[in-house]
Amino acid sequence: MTSEVRRETRAIVRVRDLHYMAGSRAIFAGVDLDFPRGAVTAVMGPSGSGKTTLLRLITGQLHAERGLVEVEGQDVSKLSRREIYRMRRRMGMLFQNGALLTDLDVYENIAFPLREHTRLPERLVRHVVLTKLQAVGLRGAARLMPAELSGGMARRVALARAIVMDPDLLIYDEPFVGLDPISLGVVLRVIRRLNDTLGVTSIVVSHDVREITAVADFCHLLSDGRIIASGEPAAVSGSTREDVRQFMHGLPDGPVPFHYPAPDYADQIRHVR
Amino acid sequence: MTAPIIRELVESVRETLETLGAYTLFAARVARETPRALWRFGLVVEQVHNSGALSLVITMLSGLFVGMVLGLQGFDLLERFGSEDSLGSVTALGLLKELGPVITALLFAGRAGTALASELGLMRATDQLAAMEMMAVDPVRRVVMPRFLGGVISMPLLAGIFSLIGIYGAQLVGVQIMGVDAGQFWSQMRGAVEFEDVMEGALKSVVFGVACSLVAVYEGYHSVPTAEGVGRATTRTVVISSVSVLLLDYMLTAVML
Repeated sequence: MTSEVRRETRAIVRVRDLHYMAGSRAIFAGVDLDFPRGAVTAVMGPSGSGKTTLLRLITGQLHAERGLVEVEGQDVSKLSRREIYRMRRRMGMLFQNGALLTDLDVYENIAFPLREHTRLPERLVRHVVLTKLQAVGLRGAARLMPAELSGGMARRVALARAIVMDPDLLIYDEPFVGLDPISLGVVLRVIRRLNDTLGVTSIVVSHDVREITAVADFCHLLSDGRIIASGEPAAVSGSTREDVRQFMHGLPDGPVPFHYPAPDYADQIRHVR
Repeated sequence: MTAPIIRELVESVRETLETLGAYTLFAARVARETPRALWRFGLVVEQVHNSGALSLVITMLSGLFVGMVLGLQGFDLLERFGSEDSLGSVTALGLLKELGPVITALLFAGRAGTALASELGLMRATDQLAAMEMMAVDPVRRVVMPRFLGGVISMPLLAGIFSLIGIYGAQLVGVQIMGVDAGQFWSQMRGAVEFEDVMEGALKSVVFGVACSLVAVYEGYHSVPTAEGVGRATTRTVVISSVSVLLLDYMLTAVML
C-alpha cells in the first residue's frame, strides 16, 4: 500500500476535483485534498483564496458546482438538511470571532448544544460543562457574559462549546487572528492538546504561517483556486516554488504582485480631470 | 430614453414580486413551525417579556395621552350638539375598535419591532446564527419562532392596556376637568359598547401582531451582515410594518363593518 493510498483510506474528509464559482470568479478550479484522521491539517492561503469557502463546503453550508466533498464517506452535496444536521453534530466549529451567543453567559453558551440535543439531567450538564471549561482553562469564568471576555478568552470559550458534544472533527476558522502573544500561545497549546487527548481530527484554516507550522501535522497551500503545495509544514516551508516561497516567507512582491491590477501609473497621473 | 425607464420599472416590479414571494415562503415556514415552537413555551414567555413587558411604559403613556386628547376633542365637538354625555361611548368605541389596535401596532413596530430586527441582524452579523447552524440547531426554530410568537401574544395584551388607559385618560379630562357627569359617561359607554366591538379590536390587534412580528423577524433574519445592513433592516421594519398596519386596518374595517 503506497503512502498516498494509506492516507486516503484514513482521510475523514476527502475533496476531489472541486470546482466552485462565486459569481463569475472561480474560487476552486479542480482541487483535491485529504484530511487524515487524527491529525491537525492546516489549509493556508492568502486572503480571498477560498479558505473559508472550503470550510463552508465541507460543513454543507455551500454546495460544489462540480466535484466531490466527502465527510466520513458521505457525499455532502447529496445529504438532506436533516442528514447535514446529523453530520454537524459530529463536528465542532470555532468561528473567527468566537460567535458566542451574547444573551447567554459562558456556562450557558457551553451548555447550549447539550440542552438542545440531549435531555441530560442538570447535574450531568454541569459536570460536562465544567470539564470542558477546565480543558480550556476558564472554569473560573463560567458566570461571565461574552461582553466581559477578552478576544482570547472568547475564542477559548467557543472552543469549549465546540467540543462539548465530543465531536470527531474540529474545524477552526482563522483561530489566531487578533490575539495577543499570550492568548495565541494558549490557543495553540489548546488546539494541539485537544487533538491529541480527545483523538479528534482538526482542520485549521489560517494564513498565520508561523503558528500553523508550530501546530499542524500537514498543511495545504491554496492559491488561485488550486493547491500549490501539500505536505508537512517544514517541507512546504522549504519548497523552492516561487509562489510557495512568497507566501511562506511573507515576501511583499513575487508571483502575487504588490499592486492590485491598475492602469499605467504615469498615464493616470497625467490624465487627471 | 424610455427604454431605461421601462427596464428599471420591470426590474423594480420583479424585485417587489421576489420580496413578496420570499415573505410568503417565510410566513409559510413560520406557520409550519408554530405548533412545535409552542411546546417550548418558556422561550416564548421570555420574548413576551422582551416585546411586551418592556413596551408597557411607552404603550401606557401613549394610551393616556391619546385618551386625554380624545376626551378634550370629543368634549369640544359633542358640546356643540349638546350631547357631551356620549363622550364615554365615543371614546371607548374609538379606542377599542381603531386607535387602540392601530397606535399600539405603530408603537410596537417602533419599539419592539426594531429591537427584534436589530437583534436578529446583529446575531447574523456576528455569526451567532451561523454558529447555531453549525451546532445543528435550526435558528428559525430556536431564535425566530419564540420572537415571532412573543410579538403575536404581546400585541393584543398591549392594545387592551392601551385602550383601558386611554378610556381612563378620556374620563380624566371629560369627567374630572370638563365636568361631564360621571354616571352618564360610564352608563352610555356600557350601553354603546357591544362584545363584538371588543372582539373587532382584539382581532385587529392579533392580525397586526402577526404582521409586525413577521416583518421584524423577516427583515432581521435576512439582513445584510454589516452595520449598514442592520440599520437598513430596522428602518425597513418600521416602514413596512407601519404601512401594512394601516392597509390591513382599512381592509379589516371594510370587512367587519
